[in-house]
Amino acid sequence: MKILVPLKRVADPDNANKVKVSPDGSKVETTGLEWKPNPFDEYSVETALRLTEDGAANKIRLGDVIVVTLGPKECETTLRAMLATGAQRAIRVEADDAALDGAVVARALKALVDKEQPDLVLVGKQAVDGDTNQVAQILAELLGWPQVTSASTIKEEPGALLIGREVDGGVLQVRVKLPAVVSVDLRIVAPTSVYSSKTKPDFKYNEGVRFAPLPAIMQAKKKPLDTVKLQDLTPDTSLQVQYKQFLPPKGRKAGIKVKDVAELVDKLKNEAKVL
Amino acid sequence: MADVLVVAELAEGKVRKATHSAITFARDAAKALGGGYSILVIGQGAKAAAAGLTGFGAAKILAAEVTSSPIYLCEHFAPTVAAAAADFAVVVGTATAYGKDLLPRVAAKLNAGYAADISSLNVQGSALSYVRPMFAGNAYGIAQITTPIHVVSVRQSEFAPAEPTGGSSPVVLLDTLPPSAGAERIEFLKLEQIKSERPELTDASVIVSGGRALKEKFNDVLGPLADLLGAAVGATRAACDAGFAAGDLQVGQTGKIVAPKLYFAFGISGAIQHLAGMKGSKVIVAVNKDAEAPIFQVADYGLVADLFPVVPELVARIKALKE
Repeated sequence: MKILVPLKRVADPDNANKVKVSPDGSKVETTGLEWKPNPFDEYSVETALRLTEDGAANKIRLGDVIVVTLGPKECETTLRAMLATGAQRAIRVEADDAALDGAVVARALKALVDKEQPDLVLVGKQAVDGDTNQVAQILAELLGWPQVTSASTIKEEPGALLIGREVDGGVLQVRVKLPAVVSVDLRIVAPTSVYSSKTKPDFKYNEGVRFAPLPAIMQAKKKPLDTVKLQDLTPDTSLQVQYKQFLPPKGRKAGIKVKDVAELVDKLKNEAKVL
Repeated sequence: MADVLVVAELAEGKVRKATHSAITFARDAAKALGGGYSILVIGQGAKAAAAGLTGFGAAKILAAEVTSSPIYLCEHFAPTVAAAAADFAVVVGTATAYGKDLLPRVAAKLNAGYAADISSLNVQGSALSYVRPMFAGNAYGIAQITTPIHVVSVRQSEFAPAEPTGGSSPVVLLDTLPPSAGAERIEFLKLEQIKSERPELTDASVIVSGGRALKEKFNDVLGPLADLLGAAVGATRAACDAGFAAGDLQVGQTGKIVAPKLYFAFGISGAIQHLAGMKGSKVIVAVNKDAEAPIFQVADYGLVADLFPVVPELVARIKALKE
């Protein structure tokens, strides 16, 4: 199976409370925050690796995993990190962050899919900076492919995937024949969430994503990383959504500490009047 | 073209409550544009469900029955929604699993810009822009959509549900279009539903939430309090990932966004991602052994204590109060 995995780098999401709206409201400043791979995109890379290996012999790659990002040169750090975990090849689409919205990204990915002809495009369900959740769906429409969003389990069958997708009130099970676009949710990296046709049904992965050992990090520097210009992939780079103004969140002040349950109940009844 | 289209959401043939928040948005947006609004009801049982929406003052109710799939699949809905939406200025749906799956694809069909999860409408003259949380709610961006048609999903917790206003909107039956390209490659197998007598998280006025510390006792400890208060049960991502709570109970940036009147956080430290999902609650109560837990920075009432004896005592005292 050949899998294309688009990635985004985001300001450290574990310190997202340190982002600041600039005094004039024109931008969100992430000064001092480290760039990290978008967590959902790390999960999609992990999913792609699990789908292209026998879980019990994961040094041997049985398919192709190509990672792609759009952005300036510094984004290559994120690509190299993913190459170190097992992806074989990387592509960076040269672009300014400000020149991208979901539709532009999807148009560029469509052109890459036409060129690379993967069986599967596997993306994170949302980037945790813009929090939009749209690229998989737009790309599926541009390609005329089926889409499965918020996947939490994937099992490979010949030419198809059995996917559980998280919906309100439960899990919807579908069978999708390839090629398809799939976006992954949090629980896709649980120990028994993803099975390739080669991984034994009783095999259990470690929770979460794999870490790259040092030799793999060194080897990743030699893996192929191609760059391509955004305009060469999509002549239409017009933005459909623009942000020229931002607002800080409404603050919420800490309240009081109560000493025991009796005081808590009293406050809830007589002060907050919610009981 | 100054009208707004609401894409109603059906679950088992009934209109989901989140749709009423979208109607509230549509009324405001239509007023700003000097137009009206209509409602599209699409799905299995759409005709019957459409009858329940005729009293909300919509110009018309469009009903499209889907027979090509036994359940919602984007590929079977998007072509009809996009065709119906082509005559409108703004298309609005719910920011639920359904809306988030469907609306971006509809936007792509219309070559329209999409703003997700919006928390308020910004009106300047007759120009609309959309305020939406970003960075886990740590900044709000004002999204300006540059295409003729705007597609948005609205956050249920930020728009009060619309009340009926009387009147009788005409119901117009729409022909359902053939499914999108690629639809033949996706097949519905089954829906594994989590049945619960409790209210849905996004509809509940009280939520009792717990973290990983509850372990296997998650339901045994929180259940009685939830039942007593008619509350929904919520959980942190860690509690869901560890299997102590079902995945769809997760409250947070990438789970459910809630804003009940009363939110109990038991054994929840208050990670940024969790706070993003519940900071809009009216009253927040936090019980945690760790006095330094960040949850106390947003809690109206904090109790530094072990939750295991606290919850049963709370149940007993509230019971006594109600008798």
